[in-house]
Amino acid sequence: MIRLPEFSYYSPKTLRETLKILASERGKARAVAGGTDLFPNMKRRVQTPAVLVSLNQVKELHRNISRRRSAGIVIPSGSTLSEVSRNQLIQQFYPSLSKTASSIATPLIQNMGTIGGNLCLDTRCTYYNQSPEWRESVGYCMKAPEGKPDIPCRVAPGSPQCVAVNSSDTAPLFCALQGEFTLVSSDGERKIKACDFYRNDGELYLNLKPDEILSEMILPLPENLKVCYLKLRRRGSFDFPVLGVAAALKIANQKVEEARIFLNAVSSAPIEAAESEKILIGSSLEDGKLKKETIAKSARQAVKYSAPYDNTDFYAFWRKEMTEVFVKRALESLNEPEILKEL
Amino acid sequence: MTLKVIGKPIPKVDALARCTGKLQYADDLIFPEMLFCKIYRSPYGHAFIKKIDVSKAEKIPGVLKVLTGKDFPISFGILPVSQDEPPLAEQEVRYVGEPTAAVAALDENTAYAAVRAISVDFEPVKPVMTIEESLKQEMIHKIAGLEFGDIEKGFLESDEIFENTYFYEGNTHLALEEHASVAVPEPDGKLTLYSSTQVPHYLHRTLAKTLNLPPSRIRVIAAPNGGGFGGKSDVFSHEIVVSKLALLTGKPVKICLTREEIFYLHRGRHPVLMWLKTGVKKDGTITSMHFKSLLDGGAYGSYGVASLYYTGALQTTTYKMKNYKFEGARLFTHKAPCGPKRGHGTPQPRFAVEIMLDEIAEKFQLDPAEFRKKQLVEPGSVTINYLKIGSISLGKCIDKVIERSGWKEKFRKLPFGKGLGLACGSYLCGAGLPIYWNPMPHSSVMIKLDRGGGISVYCGQIDIGQGSNSMLAQVVAEVLGVEPSEIKLFCADTDFTPVDLGSYSSRVTLMVGNAAIQAAQRAAAFLKEAVSEKWGIPKTRIELSEGRIWDRENLNLTIPLAEGIQLAEAKFGAICAAGSYTPPKSPGNYKGSGVGPSPAYSYSASVVQVEVDPETGNIQVEKVWIAHDIGKAINPLSVIGQVEGSVYMGLGEALMEEQTFRARYQGVHKTPSMLDYKSLTFKDMPDVETHLIEDPDPNGPFGAKEVGQGPLLPVPPAVANAVYDAVGVRIREIPLHPEKILFALKNKPPKKNFPDFHAPKIISVPLPSLSEERSRQPNSSLTPDSSASKNPS
Repeated sequence: MIRLPEFSYYSPKTLRETLKILASERGKARAVAGGTDLFPNMKRRVQTPAVLVSLNQVKELHRNISRRRSAGIVIPSGSTLSEVSRNQLIQQFYPSLSKTASSIATPLIQNMGTIGGNLCLDTRCTYYNQSPEWRESVGYCMKAPEGKPDIPCRVAPGSPQCVAVNSSDTAPLFCALQGEFTLVSSDGERKIKACDFYRNDGELYLNLKPDEILSEMILPLPENLKVCYLKLRRRGSFDFPVLGVAAALKIANQKVEEARIFLNAVSSAPIEAAESEKILIGSSLEDGKLKKETIAKSARQAVKYSAPYDNTDFYAFWRKEMTEVFVKRALESLNEPEILKEL
Repeated sequence: MTLKVIGKPIPKVDALARCTGKLQYADDLIFPEMLFCKIYRSPYGHAFIKKIDVSKAEKIPGVLKVLTGKDFPISFGILPVSQDEPPLAEQEVRYVGEPTAAVAALDENTAYAAVRAISVDFEPVKPVMTIEESLKQEMIHKIAGLEFGDIEKGFLESDEIFENTYFYEGNTHLALEEHASVAVPEPDGKLTLYSSTQVPHYLHRTLAKTLNLPPSRIRVIAAPNGGGFGGKSDVFSHEIVVSKLALLTGKPVKICLTREEIFYLHRGRHPVLMWLKTGVKKDGTITSMHFKSLLDGGAYGSYGVASLYYTGALQTTTYKMKNYKFEGARLFTHKAPCGPKRGHGTPQPRFAVEIMLDEIAEKFQLDPAEFRKKQLVEPGSVTINYLKIGSISLGKCIDKVIERSGWKEKFRKLPFGKGLGLACGSYLCGAGLPIYWNPMPHSSVMIKLDRGGGISVYCGQIDIGQGSNSMLAQVVAEVLGVEPSEIKLFCADTDFTPVDLGSYSSRVTLMVGNAAIQAAQRAAAFLKEAVSEKWGIPKTRIELSEGRIWDRENLNLTIPLAEGIQLAEAKFGAICAAGSYTPPKSPGNYKGSGVGPSPAYSYSASVVQVEVDPETGNIQVEKVWIAHDIGKAINPLSVIGQVEGSVYMGLGEALMEEQTFRARYQGVHKTPSMLDYKSLTFKDMPDVETHLIEDPDPNGPFGAKEVGQGPLLPVPPAVANAVYDAVGVRIREIPLHPEKILFALKNKPPKKNFPDFHAPKIISVPLPSLSEERSRQPNSSLTPDSSASKNPS
């Protein structure tokens, strides 16, 4: 059995205490919530933080999901995926998020894993999520432990940056829902738009400083919004997505007023398919439904935002082709009265 | 004779222990002063070892011993003809993950740190990663060439010739229990090895050889296996290494492999590239079949010679053919070694044959079910390659799945996207020959009766989760007239139990079962004789039943079993009996005829219904109907479990499982983890409807045949045939990844080319004369008495 490497472990009770520890460890510490991703990664020495700061006892991160009058729904980052999927407010205002949370990994992991953890999920790559012995065989890669600089990407040796994949199911959804994140550190608090939180770089994939944590997410109350999230994966039982499509449409006066389509797991960050959105915005509905040609045109445009490599399950070129199919299906499902479909 | 225990769906005898965590697997064993072993494994697919420096590792506090290749001068291998594997590589490494050095330390973390401190100076060479390249470089392990009859003549007699190339990707067993072993040096200088192995007897022999010790100084105990599927039927480096470490340190040494290491250990399904040519008459008669196979064997021999011959052996046990030729080669590549996995070498050719039959039926506009039924071999016949068939109820199996699936209403009639596929299969009930030549029994069972009424049964067989312990208890319980829960089993311990060759080739029920019947009958004979003398009635009137001994003609005359045992013990002394089983001699005696013969053959037919998404190519298996010709189900509950398990494994192979490597980077395994190596989970399984067809086989214990492997065979080709019915594309390779189907729908089907390969030497075997085709005597052996008379020992 491979055991965890040694580490120091803090379990602070308050946010202030947490941030103080993170600041004093100067980047050596890592925050851990459910640990469902971090601990397996640590067992494989993919990540080897010397210090772990558990967020599980931090009361500010475990408040109830609530409605803040003007702002919308506030979700503390420590809410487990199970809590998010079962929460009444989420089910009422954002059923797509409830459904998505309940489709991540397995029920056991949903009980442990938090929404904050899923939003900060480390990028994945079949050249990265391996044992040290395996990685030595291939000579490590760009996303290597400290002290191994100048190693090319093994997936795409010509790539100037790491192409590990953002495999979060909720990240593209929060982007499409125009969520806003609160980041806190000992220096204070800042807000960032969900879509600005992510960086399309497999190594530095979050706009989050080492001593900073994601404390809460705010979702604006939806108005005439139709939302869905579809994902492609091998097994419906527990696999990570290898293509995710989040689509949100604001409909008013039989017209699409706003459209947001974010792709995930085909790049290192959720990518906005702007051209696909452009085709949808302003298009008029027929019997309350998007026109077939509009959907087809919009879906076709999405392909160019999809940049899969041979570093996940399935063949990359097929995943790229599937982008069009999945965007099309996502938009079609928004036409249906039952819009909470997952493939 | 009515059966009281046989045929009852009772829980397995060890079910409670397994389910409550009480059963001790090898990794559960703890001994005082136990050390932990870790193995340094090659990071290269192919490299020469210039120098190994273990000095840093040796200096780590807590490290007691470091071993390298030079500590193991004797190589090993499961087959006598392929003794090609060093316990630790000394000069050359041939696959990523090959054991190269080993450490024993006080704890696992220290052992791991020591392994990380070992430095090896390698001179890497470009690894050979494909069948084509291996063939080009003549890295040939074994070539086979056999012709039965005259295929060219057969092709001339045919109305149509079909020819195609097929490919079956390699995949691994994925048993949940990781391989673990504990070697314990005994105070008298002997050695005991506890191991998760399917083959304690072969392990015993190999340890004696590689450690250069007499077998009498080594005791091997097979710990209960948490699944094997063929993945624990080789002897492995780590078993030899911990034994040596224990002898050298004088302390118990344990190793439990990581999941990643098990992907390197492998010995799983060979990737096989196949070419099949079949000549057929318009009425469906197969006049000629020519089959070629190229097996990607990986780095070492393993069971490879047998695997190769198996790809050519069992095509003949289902459908009649007038002429047949087999040419094949097993090739070495720089990958984890392949070996036997559920179905050993036969699912691949079965995949090719059953798809081609679908193509033939379509061309001649025959119903695939009716077409197959017309070609079935006869019970009691001898096949063209000299395999003696016993019972065969494949026709009934086909009828059952056709009826249950609504085949007649659905096949070629469902809307585009939905489809049904049919395929059949056949498998051995134990290999007719042991893996090393010897004239001794393949299985033996000893029974000791205690004067308190206890029944102890001793047998070398090992339960790998398939339920063989329960089978053994049920058989003995039936003969001695007690409940299976009354039987005390002692299994798979080379010091205490008589030899059974192991849990492979689906041999245990038939061979152990027959040996157990004989042993139990001999034990019963002591009781019958003593009791009949006491009662003054003939022995034939004595019956053992319900834990008592009865006068069949006067049911008032009865005593408890224990009393009978006491009478017998008073008369004969301690009551011990042994029974053995040796398979009947095969009618074939050409070179290569050792692979294929079996005392009996099981048969299965399956219909699979799929829905294919034409936009993505994704396959959803909606339902599987499967009927299995079991002969007689000793425990129907257990049998159905084995059928469903086979279906699960067959679906995994058909849809997603693949053991593949990255040629660009030393030949590393692409997905050495249970998350990344895709296999169906419980939740992904479709509904499976199992039907057992009972037609007792003359050679089976109570007529029973195998079930552990055979039901896998029809599943992959049935899925491929169903995909064709659903969307009209013929995919001749697995796994059936969605992109293959999608691109085939866009007129770009996957295309594999079969290289120009001919066996340099073909052994021409004359056809078996018709006189040898004795018809079978029905119901000749339903009772234990007649079965025992067949097996004198």
